[in-house]
Amino acid sequence: MGLLSDPSRRKVLTGLLTRLNTPICIVCYLAGIVWFMGLAFEPFTLRTYMSENAMGSTMVEERFSSGERALSLAKEFDAHKRKAGGMPVEWLVKAMQSRGLEVFTQSFSRKLPFPDENKERYMVRGTNVYGILRAPRAPRTEALVITAPCSPGNTNNQAVALLLALAQYFRNQIYWAKDIIFLVNEHDLIGTQAWLEGYHHTNITEYISGSLRGRAGSIQAALSLELSSDVITSLDLVLEGLNGQLPNLDLANLFYAFCQKLGVLCTIQGKLQRNDWDTAEGYTHAAQTMMLMVLKQACGRSWGDHGLFLRYHIEAASVRGINSFRHYKTDATTIGRLLEGMVRKLNNLLERLHQSYFFYLLPSLSRFVSIGYYMPAFGLLAVILLLRALDLWVHLGAPALAAVDGVTEAEQPSSPGVLTVLTPVVISHLTGVALYLLPVHLQEMAVEHFPVSETEAVVLTAIAIYTAGLALPHNTQRLLSGEGTEQGWKVLKLTALLYLAVLLGCTALINFSLGFILAVTLVPITASITPALYALVMVLLSPAFTILYCVFIYQELIEAPVSVSEGWMLFLSVISQGILDHALYGSLVYPLLALFIYPCWLMFWNILFWN
Amino acid sequence: MAAPLTLLLIVAVTIRAVLFRSSWAELISERVEVVSPLNAWKRVVEGLALLDLGVSPYSGDVFHETPFMIYLFHFVVDYAEIVFMVTDGITAVALYLSIQTYNKNVFRKQKYALESDRYPADCLELLRSPKEMFYIPLKVAMFYLLNPFTILSCVAKSTCGLNNAIIALFILCTLKGSALLSGILLALATYQSIYPLTLFAPALLFFLQRLYIPVNLRRSSFWFFTLQYAFIYVGSLVVITGLSFFLLGSWDFIPSVYGFIFSVPDLTPNIGLFWYFFAEMFEHFRLFFICVFQINVFFYTIPLSIKLKEHPVFLIFMQIAIISIFKSYPTVGDVALYMAFLPAWSHLYRFLRNIFLVSCVLLACSALFPVLWHLWIYAGSANSNFYYAITLLFNFGQVKSLNLISHFT
Repeated sequence: MGLLSDPSRRKVLTGLLTRLNTPICIVCYLAGIVWFMGLAFEPFTLRTYMSENAMGSTMVEERFSSGERALSLAKEFDAHKRKAGGMPVEWLVKAMQSRGLEVFTQSFSRKLPFPDENKERYMVRGTNVYGILRAPRAPRTEALVITAPCSPGNTNNQAVALLLALAQYFRNQIYWAKDIIFLVNEHDLIGTQAWLEGYHHTNITEYISGSLRGRAGSIQAALSLELSSDVITSLDLVLEGLNGQLPNLDLANLFYAFCQKLGVLCTIQGKLQRNDWDTAEGYTHAAQTMMLMVLKQACGRSWGDHGLFLRYHIEAASVRGINSFRHYKTDATTIGRLLEGMVRKLNNLLERLHQSYFFYLLPSLSRFVSIGYYMPAFGLLAVILLLRALDLWVHLGAPALAAVDGVTEAEQPSSPGVLTVLTPVVISHLTGVALYLLPVHLQEMAVEHFPVSETEAVVLTAIAIYTAGLALPHNTQRLLSGEGTEQGWKVLKLTALLYLAVLLGCTALINFSLGFILAVTLVPITASITPALYALVMVLLSPAFTILYCVFIYQELIEAPVSVSEGWMLFLSVISQGILDHALYGSLVYPLLALFIYPCWLMFWNILFWN
Repeated sequence: MAAPLTLLLIVAVTIRAVLFRSSWAELISERVEVVSPLNAWKRVVEGLALLDLGVSPYSGDVFHETPFMIYLFHFVVDYAEIVFMVTDGITAVALYLSIQTYNKNVFRKQKYALESDRYPADCLELLRSPKEMFYIPLKVAMFYLLNPFTILSCVAKSTCGLNNAIIALFILCTLKGSALLSGILLALATYQSIYPLTLFAPALLFFLQRLYIPVNLRRSSFWFFTLQYAFIYVGSLVVITGLSFFLLGSWDFIPSVYGFIFSVPDLTPNIGLFWYFFAEMFEHFRLFFICVFQINVFFYTIPLSIKLKEHPVFLIFMQIAIISIFKSYPTVGDVALYMAFLPAWSHLYRFLRNIFLVSCVLLACSALFPVLWHLWIYAGSANSNFYYAITLLFNFGQVKSLNLISHFT
């Protein structure tokens, strides 16, 4: 490292860095944003291609023809569902048994930490029904899963019926090398989570469920089907799973290939692909699709029943049928053929899907951006934090190096006591722990004293603790008055910048979208913070407001813009869903924000009130 | 200084007790960065169970601890958590007392040198005053006890803590000048894991310096003392090994412990350099590369001893650092031991040029270890290359920081 150990060149380099620090930071930030927006520009993306050899070269002729029978089954299922007032377990068991599957049921129960107002449930009790189609002449070591949720009301009847029709058709074929599990789960994600935990003998969350009596080997891939109408106009592919994990891109490629083959319109994020990439509308369309994917990935919840499979290293995707106002309709037989083709190709796999990308962004279904192309955008934002930290280090080290005149000068405090930095750090993290633990634990007390429901109590307690944290610096400063003023905030800023850089880096590795969105709002404010900055600017770029802006942007992007009050209600429901997702499925977004990002932001907030 | 030290011990014990009682304890005791096949608590329990059944604990290639360790835990297995907390306390107090002694020696030498006017004028700023040096032992104890690496190692009940305690007691006895105790403790440390063998040279140099025996190969006084110290050391080692034989009634422990350390058959990922290399190695070349890697640990003793013979305590620090980087199954507990010494030379920090970069690298790598492990094992989106890259970067950061610190002399 000659450049860094030669003193004169080193001085020139550090001088350059300190003089040009602000311009370089601004350039890096703008470059990062422009790079990210440029990712959706079609010439910068690559066309998707099938990477797995085992799935590419086989010609499959689909012969599924029982679409009409599936639709009549759907009406029968609907009738039984209404009669049973939930999942018609006996009818499903009989239907699957008559189709030659080995049928098992699993009952589960779960008490949510507080009532879920979106889905109106609190004490959840349900049953999953699954049937296993054993491969006729293969060792039973691997399995595929096809799942359809049993939802209340009129939704997803056709999905369950198509599942049963497919089971009947598959039973008569001889080419299956893997067992196929047909799962009908109740209470969507809760049922899927209970089933997966029972299947894999894990206990991530506190479900009370019976262990599964029937198993079929290690699951290689899973498909989730959501179909609520007899005819559809397009099929939507949902990829985003828990904690922003995505299935292997080959699964999306497989879906796209079959949609092309059978002439079905396919969409992603509900948006159809456009061909005019060189116009402004074409570019904005692709950018909107990509931004929707980023927002959905960042919130860390599973956007389809498939999302929970990904955690067990099972590649899964959800296929959703959409019925909108187009002339060209696709009937159930074609959907059945599409699923048949996909499952037959998955049947050919020799090992789990691993050849294609695991980290990608999709501006459209046939174009993708891989991690090598989108990570530099985040890298440019993270480098700003490191440059600022380096600049502060040089400034802090400079007075100590300049004092070479005698022993008396050596007493100059080059670092104010560890206590000045340690106190804000400890207090911020304690506030973060309070934000994480107290909302759920104090809900009974809040409901007693205030006229609110439990969900509102939890959410409003969280917001109250968040706002109370903003008042802390005034009090801690009074406790430690007069301890190293000028140097103190610089040391705290240095520590906080390094902490934020490491935090955002680790977040971006696991969930790029979350890391990038947090970086976009946090990096400019934290890099430029001094005690003289306006507090309002800092508050407007705090993590809570980032979530609020994301809610509004998301509503704009799905073409359902909301007013301020509706947006506020959505924001509150987003917070409650985040806490519930963490308690029910182990989503990491809420703990990350409460235990790490919020304390980090509070440390910077402390700097504002240093004097 | 007893009161701040007691307060520090209480705080450290509280943190460890809180973590022991939380649900994090099982999670931490399974992390590969914190435990290795040599010092995992699960394996100790396994060995104890085998011993209770009357079977040799070394059968089945699970247990790789020395017989002394088995017998120690045979008696205290019910109080294991207290034992590990007490061990950390012993290490911290031993480090505290040894740095106190070291500082006294240094200050005395400085006073004599000042009186005889041996310092040039521009070195005056490097002189340490008693006020500055007063807090250094406490800082060293704090750096050890409150280091997250040490806390993780203690909560995981990794026997690395016990090894650290023995090495810390060895340093204390050396600095206090007791050759007998120092030899015995060094033999015990070598018996636990072979690598402290390299600490023989710095201990010998320290005693020679203390007794004013010049390091001259032609002088008989040099050979006389060396042979004395070597006799104590080798004799204790033979006695301890013999006792182990009589404890368990067989020589099984030699291939299971020392053969395991040298031949590295278990390639579980850890923060060391061996596992990835040997996973890719062809069998034909395995012996050659084992020899190369193991010689690498011992090789730096001779040049460093020649260069640093005036500064034996610094040499001890460098040796411990080299052992913990290049040994076959390192864990973060080994790293914590040498990091604890850094405050002893804090007056020289202004001359460390790249300390910021190096400490950022070490910090980032420590944070990235669990992230990339998760991506490799649980999410399946990464593979062993990513984890080994972070291992390499971590070890590179450690080597670079050693490089920087060696500029002190």
